[in-house]
Amino acid sequence: MCNECGCNNKVTPFPLLDATLAKYTDATGLITVLQKAQEAYGYLSGELMVYIARKMGLPPAKVYGVATFYAQFRLKPVGKHLILLCQGTACHVNGSEAIEEAICAELGIKEGETTPDGLFTLTSVACLGCCSLSPVMMIGGETFGTLTPDKARAILKNIKTSG
Amino acid sequence: MGCSYRLDTKNVNKEIKDMDNKKLKIIIGKGSCGIAAGANKTEAVLRALLPNVEIALAGCIGRCYLEPIVDVFAYDGKKSEKLTFVKVCEKGAEEIAKFVTGAPNNASAYLISDADKATLESLQCIALKNCGIINPEKIDEYTASDGYKALTSCLKEKTPEEVIAEVKASGLAGRGGAGFPTYFKWDAARKNAGDKKYVICNADEGDPGAFMDRAILEGDPHAVLEGMAIAAYAVGASEGVIYVRAEYPLAIKRLEIAIAQAREKGFLGKNILGTGFSFDIRIKEGAGAFVCGEETALIASLEGERGMPRLKPPFPAQKGFMGKPTNINNVETYANVPFILRSGGEVFAAFGTENSKGTKVFALTGKIKNGGLVEIPMGSTVGEVIYGVGGGIKDDKAFKAVQMGGPSGGCIPASLIDTPIDYKSLAATGAIMGSGGMVVMDETTCMVDMARFFLDFTCKESCGKCTHCRIGTKRMLEILQRITKGEGKEGDIEALEELGKLIKEGALCALGQTAPNPVLTTIKYFRNEYEDHINLKRCTAKSCKPLIAYRIDPEICKNCGLCKRACPFGAISGEIKKQPFTIDPKICDACGKCASVCKFKAVNVGDKWS
Repeated sequence: MCNECGCNNKVTPFPLLDATLAKYTDATGLITVLQKAQEAYGYLSGELMVYIARKMGLPPAKVYGVATFYAQFRLKPVGKHLILLCQGTACHVNGSEAIEEAICAELGIKEGETTPDGLFTLTSVACLGCCSLSPVMMIGGETFGTLTPDKARAILKNIKTSG
Repeated sequence: MGCSYRLDTKNVNKEIKDMDNKKLKIIIGKGSCGIAAGANKTEAVLRALLPNVEIALAGCIGRCYLEPIVDVFAYDGKKSEKLTFVKVCEKGAEEIAKFVTGAPNNASAYLISDADKATLESLQCIALKNCGIINPEKIDEYTASDGYKALTSCLKEKTPEEVIAEVKASGLAGRGGAGFPTYFKWDAARKNAGDKKYVICNADEGDPGAFMDRAILEGDPHAVLEGMAIAAYAVGASEGVIYVRAEYPLAIKRLEIAIAQAREKGFLGKNILGTGFSFDIRIKEGAGAFVCGEETALIASLEGERGMPRLKPPFPAQKGFMGKPTNINNVETYANVPFILRSGGEVFAAFGTENSKGTKVFALTGKIKNGGLVEIPMGSTVGEVIYGVGGGIKDDKAFKAVQMGGPSGGCIPASLIDTPIDYKSLAATGAIMGSGGMVVMDETTCMVDMARFFLDFTCKESCGKCTHCRIGTKRMLEILQRITKGEGKEGDIEALEELGKLIKEGALCALGQTAPNPVLTTIKYFRNEYEDHINLKRCTAKSCKPLIAYRIDPEICKNCGLCKRACPFGAISGEIKKQPFTIDPKICDACGKCASVCKFKAVNVGDKWS
């Protein structure tokens, strides 16, 4: 049972977040707390959001509302390799759509989904800011530029074989 | 500097060989674009091969298409010679290392061309003055380049009113998009009483295709801090916040370093330079919402809320962050402030035109040869930028239009290429200055598809507060999607125009008010393309897949079968060396793979429905 309001919902503790929660106590810190929570736990689960709401004295609906407003927050776990595919203007003009089709065909997933083996998640981003290398994708902090569908497939195959 | 050497690499070899290695300095451009192009690998090779040479980093110099860029400085105590090497891959780094140590080499292959060098030297930089020149992680290099002199003189010699008067004389207007006079905001925030006031830097650069703020934050973070501190003194604020996109990790890192160094040197914190003025800055990472570039939405986000715009008035200068008077400017605006206070408002105002003063940074991308950042005086024409600094259109295709101001802006067609880049002239075309994105389009870009692309963006980014924006953009997008699929019908163009007008009138903030711009301007200048899509099911640019078909010309086909092997859909049949190959239009996905592999140009793209 939840200690604070007496309801029957169990509140799962998330100890990695306690130092952050001690630092940001009022509602103005909510976005920062959510960012730290995602950093620590990979994504924002329902339990995690309820925990944050209780600790910060906010309604869970408010936490959920903020978490779903911003593109950065993920409510589902992500794969081992997060593919950030740039859909900025320069990339669009230079053929990012064909790259997306190639990645989706290669992995058998759609934008925003994770492969069943948990290896890849594909996310579109607005602009990675390396427009002169367009089209571009970023995997694990490494940028791959001047992509062609073949090049994109080869990069993914390469990652697959190395795990 | 050092031009004459470039024709004679042997001579340079000797020259540098004669020097003590310690007098050499190598600077590697390490902005995000440089790193993406491989600057880290280049650096690793240089460090391994030249352990005794000083290797430093700098931000982005704006010539993204030349990255990674390596500058080799050689000084003999009196004069310094600089050689700029471009597109330096690992192999290039090895050649440079050989060149520096005097071994036979091929380094001259990586030297910057005369044309590129001339372009670089032709740019008149104020906001980008230090970008790519100084090490952004060392405050001493900023102060050596007149950094923090403006702040010092403001605090010690000028009253806040005098500071505002200087900014007024400069004619500086907001560089984030709206172009509102900066002095006016400062003056209003100063005059509104409050026990606490804030200064906010809007670094939530979200326009797809715009990255000038990132380059400034990565290349010259102290200029922004100094600009903010001067603004804080002028309006009487004690706390500053930089709201920066989380997608810019390098900018955040360099800002953190810069803030720590500025505190250490006494340019930030309590009792700055012993003047009794106190001001400190913290960083707030945005969480990915385009609408947060709107100032009231940004303030809502800072307060931990959903980033939804608020009604104005009250303006932030009256009731901003936490209900207190708040001054909010964009990164580039603040970066111009130290120059203005150092050199005088008139010097800044000497650049530009009657109604638009100073210089402006643009991010030049798309189908352009030399993409990157350019800082130009206001009043330069669109053509001067595209064919001058930009080097013209990629693959020498025909210039069709340029999208100015991102999803909030509009397109300027080739017929208006002589439009001067100033606030008034751009607004007259239906486009806007915006934050400075310039996306160049050639004959192969479909204008209807471009409008669909931008509307798809604004539709997703609409915060949902105003009905016209939330639902109107969705309805417009659906119409555009139909048109690009060849399912357009009579009345669609008129419906788009009417919806566009309603959204402009019915939205609270600039996102909604400007969202229809890309559609309305493309209809204005390329109405025939819309009509062709709707009436003839024809895409003029041969870009909308459902409207195009690939065909193999049997007269030209050499029966080699390359296309058949390349086709991912198995749509091509024929017999090698016996009969020409053909494409089955029922299976073909119009991916264009066959056309790209055919060595004989036998594959043509044409209209599907003709």
